[in-house]
Amino acid sequence: MLHLALFTIFGAVAVAGAVNLLVQRHPINSALSLIAVMASLSVEYLLLGAEFVAAVQVIVYAGAIMVLFVFVIMLLNAGEEELTRGSRVAILVGIPGVLIGAVLIAWTLVQHSGTGEVAIGALPGRPETIGWLLFHDFLLPFEVTSILVLIAIMGAVVLAGRPVPTSQQPRKEA
Amino acid sequence: MVPLSYYLVLSGILFTCGVLGFLIKRNIITIFMSIELMLNGVNLSFVAFAAHWQALSGQVFVFFVMVVAAAETAVGLAIIIAVFRTRATLNVDHVNLLKL
Repeated sequence: MLHLALFTIFGAVAVAGAVNLLVQRHPINSALSLIAVMASLSVEYLLLGAEFVAAVQVIVYAGAIMVLFVFVIMLLNAGEEELTRGSRVAILVGIPGVLIGAVLIAWTLVQHSGTGEVAIGALPGRPETIGWLLFHDFLLPFEVTSILVLIAIMGAVVLAGRPVPTSQQPRKEA
Repeated sequence: MVPLSYYLVLSGILFTCGVLGFLIKRNIITIFMSIELMLNGVNLSFVAFAAHWQALSGQVFVFFVMVVAAAETAVGLAIIIAVFRTRATLNVDHVNLLKL
């Protein structure tokens, strides 16, 4: 009963935040509602027993990634979104696509609705267990992600770094 | 006890909100946040299925999704800064050339 109540409250907060992200016109409001979605999702993870995932969700997602978003919004001085007429392709393909997706999800759920229940803290994902798995079963993927992060750092520095003006290069030779 | 399908419904709603935002929104930063919303919806279904099947590798996979999302955010926001520097706009309708 407590499980269902907590699930409903924080699920409602997550859905409200997601809808608010769509409704708000200013990007900073969208970013703040996305933080609310991520925080309530971390409570859902805790209810399922995934302690490590919940902590990483708060630290990495709601902390690091969203701070980066808010920082870029401030840096670019992003104002209110200007409304433009939606492209015809988006209407022709998007609305049927969303409808098909919703029908598929609903159909799958109806077909498999009797798949049993999940108890509170069903699978305790403690950091030591996750760490053991990461460094034994998933050692190669873990090392590959370190290379991915290194490439991402270099790409971000190259892309966002101030480009050298071409007019200054001949002056250097002279 | 909460049925597994409730978690999947919540995950599906979050994912659909992300898809809708990706299609509707015109601000490039908000579109990027919609992608993060979609990733979050998928993560929730990963954790729910991990609890249902008693398989911890689902939670490890969520960790990998978060790492990829962090890398994607770093590169994507750098691209947004580069685009803004050359176009002085964040509206995707005005970004219609591949040329910087």
